[in-house]
Amino acid sequence: MSSTASAQTPASNLHIALVGNPNCGKTSLFNQLTGSRQKVANYAGVTVERKEGFFTTPNGRAIRVLDLPGAYSLDSTSPDEDVTRDVCLGRHPSEPQPQMLVAVISATNLRLHLRFLLELKQLGLPVIVALNMMDEARRNGLKIDVAGLQADLGMPIVPVVSLNRAGVIPLLQALDLPLPAPPVPLPAGIDFHMEVRRLLAAYVVDPSTGKDRLTDRLDRVFLHPVWGPVILLVVLFIMFQTVFAWAQPLMDGLDSGISTFGQIVLKPLPDGILHSLLADGVIAGAGTVIVFLPQILILFLWILALEESGYLPRAAFLLDRLMALAGLSGRSFIPLLSSFACAIPGIMAARTIQNPRDRLVTILIAPLMTCSARLPVYTLLIGAFVPHRTVLGIFGLQGLVLFGLYAVAIVSGVIAARVMTRGVKSEEHPLLLELPPYRRPNLKSLALGLWQRAVMFLSRVGTIIVSLNVLLWALSSFPLPPAGAPGAAIDYSLAGRIGHVMQWVFAPIGFNWQICVSLIPGLAAREVAVSALATVYAIGATDDGAADKLLPLLSTQWSMATAFSLLAWYVYAPQCISTLAVMRRETGSIKTVLWAAAYLFGLAYLAAFLTYHITRAITGVP
Amino acid sequence: MRLSRMKVGAISRRHIHRGTELMLYLDTLPKGGHAVIEKIEQRAPLDPIATRLGELGFVPGEAVQVVATGPMGRDPIAVRLGTSRFALRRGEAARVGLRAVS
Repeated sequence: MSSTASAQTPASNLHIALVGNPNCGKTSLFNQLTGSRQKVANYAGVTVERKEGFFTTPNGRAIRVLDLPGAYSLDSTSPDEDVTRDVCLGRHPSEPQPQMLVAVISATNLRLHLRFLLELKQLGLPVIVALNMMDEARRNGLKIDVAGLQADLGMPIVPVVSLNRAGVIPLLQALDLPLPAPPVPLPAGIDFHMEVRRLLAAYVVDPSTGKDRLTDRLDRVFLHPVWGPVILLVVLFIMFQTVFAWAQPLMDGLDSGISTFGQIVLKPLPDGILHSLLADGVIAGAGTVIVFLPQILILFLWILALEESGYLPRAAFLLDRLMALAGLSGRSFIPLLSSFACAIPGIMAARTIQNPRDRLVTILIAPLMTCSARLPVYTLLIGAFVPHRTVLGIFGLQGLVLFGLYAVAIVSGVIAARVMTRGVKSEEHPLLLELPPYRRPNLKSLALGLWQRAVMFLSRVGTIIVSLNVLLWALSSFPLPPAGAPGAAIDYSLAGRIGHVMQWVFAPIGFNWQICVSLIPGLAAREVAVSALATVYAIGATDDGAADKLLPLLSTQWSMATAFSLLAWYVYAPQCISTLAVMRRETGSIKTVLWAAAYLFGLAYLAAFLTYHITRAITGVP
Repeated sequence: MRLSRMKVGAISRRHIHRGTELMLYLDTLPKGGHAVIEKIEQRAPLDPIATRLGELGFVPGEAVQVVATGPMGRDPIAVRLGTSRFALRRGEAARVGLRAVS
């Protein structure tokens, strides 16, 4: 992510990489070192986050630092560990080998982290060891003979506290010194565990025998077989309450702000093409982007806080069994749940899934979770075609149909995930999830994380969405109808013509040309299809009245089979350019997006086809 | 660990005779149970999960304790190993052979 400061890459005379286990505090150290001078992107072709930053030491040495994905070993088992291994070994195709490694280890978890450090020692690169969380270790009564350990390891050790700026000054000073000599590798074939045991026995006194009272006590509650899930449900409930309820006023405010802005800006302009371009293309397009921002920020505030506090891995633990049904792990739950609000924050939230295959599958099925933009379309069609009647005394038939649409979508998502994860035996897809100690989230890290998400969404995704919106506007507006021509203007446009052509493809699933035409502007945002239908049927396209006026019209003009077929289409179709744009952005692969669009459109067509013909058979319409 | 706390069914299913010795596995260790790791079993040559367990510190001689079991059935389990805690699925834990401690 480029913030303003890093827009031009400063000349750097030292290139280092941060390496360490997950949960060693590497990312907060990275944040302390670089502040907002960070670039977040993906490594080419893989769903692995690449974070690079820049900073200057007190003596003015400019340093470029790569925050490598957390790894337990260079003997990698996942694509993110592959990146770490390849960069450390100098084998990465697009990433040069760093001149020096800063190995981050946590004083609170030396047994695990020292083992990986010994692997790094074998590389023949200069290494500085950042011994993190020394404050916490001291509080637990841990005593480390840093000088002795440093001499034994043959690598300089710098105690740091990555939670505040003052805590990283020793590291900054160490980076001003000449590069240390690469450590002498241990003899080949040595047992790292035995070596770690020797080091711990010689240089570390741990009176607590590894017991972390707070974490043990909290785990007894949060991982309790009964209270654990209850607490998780409450947390999720509050989380989504805030995502929906708190975001709504902000979103409404932004929405009306944008339209007021549009009115003020466009007032001096005469009605015409320029007016229409700015109003319906640019401002409406930017509006669809900005309106999502509150939801995304609130959701990410929660996710980042839960992640930093150590609760998120516990939630994954509690939900693992449930998500295993879909061939996924507990980590996929929150992104998928978020997708019921909107697939865009959902797909972005998939960043918290470390396993890249799980992340990809989660991204691919996220559009199947019924997002709130489908509701206006569902409401219109159910209102027009499903009789208002009670079933079994208490259930409204219309509500049941709506519930059914959600249920069908969820079941389809589970099946799709299972199919995509098939062939990978469950044994080859381990959970092996570390449950880190509980910690108070660091405000600076939260703020930086939120800032990065916001900038990423507005700059990278926003530009794609706005330009696609302008393209759709042009398709729906040109060529202009001849003067005095009857019917809707859109009917004469390219979109109209495409709609008429599309009808050849869509006739087997019962769509008339009006539906086909409305599907095109509906790509900008699903709910736009409603007002687009109103435009096509030429009944004054004011948004508010559109649905009310359409309802009686549709119920007389469409067959029930056509309406149900369109509902089925909407359950599956990736009828949303923004979702596809985010997918492109998050996976870094246009092939993945095309594949996702193909499978979802394929499912949509199949489901609509079956629905159309079954409904026709049942209702007896030839 | 106290064998008396274990379910008889679990013992007959998962306690496998190796010569005269009973082998206990991490996936059957009850909640709260302590044990010391005896060995990590490879399910296949170069079993990546066994390798990873080793890299995470599941090596002979280390003490383990089951701190929690999943809310639905016993899968997954949360295990404390020295200063770290890990969530494992049953299939992964079944590779960890234990010797009981009193």
